[in-house]
Amino acid sequence: MILWDTPRVHAHIDALASAIAARYAAAAAPPLLIGIHTGGAWLAHALYQRLQDALDLDEPAGSVDVSFYRDDLARSGVPAQARPSQVSTSVDGREIVLVDDVLYTGRTVRAAMNELFDYGRPAAIRLAVLVTRNGRQLPIAPDFPAEMLSLEAGERIKLAGPDPLQLHLLRSPPPVHDATEPA
Amino acid sequence: MMRPNPPDAPPLRHLLTTDGLSRPQIVSILDLAESFLPVGERAVKKVPLLRGKTVVNLFFEPSTRTRMTFELAAKRLSADVLNLEVGNSSTRKGETLLDTLQNLEAMQMDMLVVRHAESGAADFFARHAAPHVSVLNAGDGRHAHPTQALLDMFTIRRHKRDFTQLAVAIVGDVAHSRVARSQIHALRILGVPDIRVVAPRTLLPTAIESLGVRVFARLEPALRDCDVVIALRLQRERMQGTQLPSETEYFRHYGLDPARLTLARPDAIVMHPGPINRNVEIASAVADGPQSVILEQVTNGIAVRMAVMALTLGQAPARSGTA
Repeated sequence: MILWDTPRVHAHIDALASAIAARYAAAAAPPLLIGIHTGGAWLAHALYQRLQDALDLDEPAGSVDVSFYRDDLARSGVPAQARPSQVSTSVDGREIVLVDDVLYTGRTVRAAMNELFDYGRPAAIRLAVLVTRNGRQLPIAPDFPAEMLSLEAGERIKLAGPDPLQLHLLRSPPPVHDATEPA
Repeated sequence: MMRPNPPDAPPLRHLLTTDGLSRPQIVSILDLAESFLPVGERAVKKVPLLRGKTVVNLFFEPSTRTRMTFELAAKRLSADVLNLEVGNSSTRKGETLLDTLQNLEAMQMDMLVVRHAESGAADFFARHAAPHVSVLNAGDGRHAHPTQALLDMFTIRRHKRDFTQLAVAIVGDVAHSRVARSQIHALRILGVPDIRVVAPRTLLPTAIESLGVRVFARLEPALRDCDVVIALRLQRERMQGTQLPSETEYFRHYGLDPARLTLARPDAIVMHPGPINRNVEIASAVADGPQSVILEQVTNGIAVRMAVMALTLGQAPARSGTA
């Protein structure tokens, strides 16, 4: 079912863009936007369109696919649908705004940070998400305001897109190993 | 959410031959390789996917490129790699293949990459390997060299995209070439409508037509309007007696030189599995020329072998106690 319709998703992206713009308005160098495949990559692109002029961004939004950095290979096997990560510029010394749709366990963000460090040594990584939900398993929190949702066991939220962007609530029976379900 | 393979492709545990693979299986390997390719261009050329896994390269035949790229592929996936060259090992002292296998399994190996002069050696290891061990064939006799064929398909796809429109010419010593056999199977599975094979009769296996290829005795008509030219190495070390006149004469009739290459389409690519014999099967001007993708094949070989390793080890049932 649709949790947020498209105007509501875009209103939240606008709010996120404003918060990022405010933070970097006086910064010496613009941040590098990098989205986590797939929902985060759509969001990063949407943020790039809103911030391109305001922050004088020098690079289009990049994306990372964390498939090769996940901690559950033994359980899930290798995804054949992995997409190449696109980090076109050097991350050395750059501030990165890492973008994802939903912050859940924190494992995906950890995997993405591990991957980013294989591209170089960023000055900082900040986290921007649309929604946080209960169920964190790692000390990871967003750096920009996000909507907080409380979900029941077996419920998941997922950004559908890329056009139109909608936030969907999915209900499935509780997974057998919910401890490492990435989100 | 993530599926290990397209739904109609059964999981691969071993890779022994391209014969009998499904199109979705090959496509899933090529797609995954595409994701691994950029890893080689990063500051840290490594992903943690196979951390803690042990890969053994067991080579009973000399190899430079294949062994090195298998080793690099495993290392870029963060696996630990053992290289066992037969000249330095106990097989010289009379140890049987089965004993070698059991000893490697006792060292908790997860994957065996094997090259052997006997056709069927990789199958033998796969039949006897423990359930958690994956076996990859890195070339067995005249039978198969599947990862080479897959990296060639990957290279073709990066330049040509649509296999169902292609004419591919395989030139040279097909008789001794496990690479050619694996290529022909893969090209057919991917839907290439026009596969041509050209060599002197003495260097063609009997009944090669049954693989679905057109056979040419002369090089010129075989090259006409083709999109891909694959030159094969003249494998003198596997030849007996009078299969071949002199190398000079071979080059005169079957050598791929710039003049003959103009018969192919202007955008044709030239491939060779290596190592090349310059001015025997291919002129230096062609091997180093603008249409050559021979060194790309080497780079692509790492990504394709990473994909095969990731898919097969990703499928193998986890060793008890580590699930």
